[in-house]
Amino acid sequence: MIARLSVRNLYSRQLGPINLELASGECVGLSGASGAGKSLLLRALADLDPYRGELQLDATPATAMSATEWRRRVGYLPAESAWWSERVLDHFHDVDSAAWQQLGVTPQQQGERNPADCSSGERQRLALLRLLQQQPQVLLLDEPTAALDGDMVAQVEQRLARFRAAGGAILWVSHDPAQLQRVADRRLQLRDQQLWPLSAPH
Amino acid sequence: MQLITLTPWDLALTALLVIALALLSARLHLGIERSLLIAALRTTLQLLLIGLILKTLFEEATLPLVALLSVLMLALAGREVMARQHHRFRGWWGYGLGTLAMLISSFSITLFALLLVIGNQPWYQPQYAIPLLGMLLGNTMSGIALGLDRLTMSAWQQRRLIEARLTLGQSAAEAIGDIRRDAIRVGTINIINAMAVAGVVTLPGMMTGQILAGTPPLEAVRYQIMMMFLIASGTGFGTLAAVTLGSRRLFDERQRLRVDRLQPGGGR
Repeated sequence: MIARLSVRNLYSRQLGPINLELASGECVGLSGASGAGKSLLLRALADLDPYRGELQLDATPATAMSATEWRRRVGYLPAESAWWSERVLDHFHDVDSAAWQQLGVTPQQQGERNPADCSSGERQRLALLRLLQQQPQVLLLDEPTAALDGDMVAQVEQRLARFRAAGGAILWVSHDPAQLQRVADRRLQLRDQQLWPLSAPH
Repeated sequence: MQLITLTPWDLALTALLVIALALLSARLHLGIERSLLIAALRTTLQLLLIGLILKTLFEEATLPLVALLSVLMLALAGREVMARQHHRFRGWWGYGLGTLAMLISSFSITLFALLLVIGNQPWYQPQYAIPLLGMLLGNTMSGIALGLDRLTMSAWQQRRLIEARLTLGQSAAEAIGDIRRDAIRVGTINIINAMAVAGVVTLPGMMTGQILAGTPPLEAVRYQIMMMFLIASGTGFGTLAAVTLGSRRLFDERQRLRVDRLQPGGGR
């Protein structure tokens, strides 16, 4: 899988200009103060908010594909997942039990529950599984492990490492510098409506 | 049978009941007395005014005058639909959507009834045209207002859910589908219920009025059945049109949910 996301002169809401290149297999960490607009940036990249500028995936402009197709390929995981059916499994079209078990959930247990009855940590992992089943090329992750404890954080990080190894690209928003240090190839900070490189501490 | 004329004293007697209710409300701190009295006053003035207008119109039954009054009624109904939205669309859409839906449904159905069903001469005879249009507007107005209010309110409250559906590869139509169906159901449920209980639990107003005025019951009933069918189809088509147009307007050309096209709150 090749996944190259390129963002040129993007303006959305109060953000911009934003320039960003995500290479295939790369993970870029994104931090920034609360309210700096990290989620807004992910929303614009997922084509959920209007923007000006140029978005490309593998040199194909976003405007050359349908919005539905773009969102399928550039998968956005919001900080809080939303569920429209009263049974978790209704949100899935194919279920890979092994993949579920790696993240500590099973189709027989959590799959049969009402999403509202799952813990926030379970919902967070189920939302990731739900997103991964549509085989995105790029992942836009907004605090994907915020509700998880240590063991599960490691499981999710491993799963996402495999996604990268297969060629996927990740933009990973986190408040935890140690986590970004672990998972990201390079780190950016969102400040004053723009992205700035964050030099790795020595 | 002769119609018994009501004198102003008869009306004052019934007004006493409303005033008694207002006094009770004030005493119990229910807080409805103000809106109750204003509404009662509005009813009195508006109905006296329309009575005068109809009297003039019946004496001077020309098509332009009937059309003028019809458009005026439509404009007021459109304003009412707009005022009943908590999260109405910004700009002209807020007013235009409900008004357009009422124009499509109420006007075409009134014309249908006048030309094809009643067949009076001339077809715009105000004695038929205006009450018919008034009843249709009044009922479709409620349905459209309820349907649109439910649509915009649900879209506002469930915006994260709709966007989750979009994110997972659903189209705008799929993502809003459940909300759209629910809004149409809410808009049409009242008239469906009214038809279901007509004559059993309630005696509908039009038929009651005709009977009071001396029309034989079986004649009055036939008019009422026709009216029910007209209102049901008018409300149904009108709500369907308003909710469908509204749910399209909630998304842009890239199938993004645009709640920024709704006003944040307010209404009435």
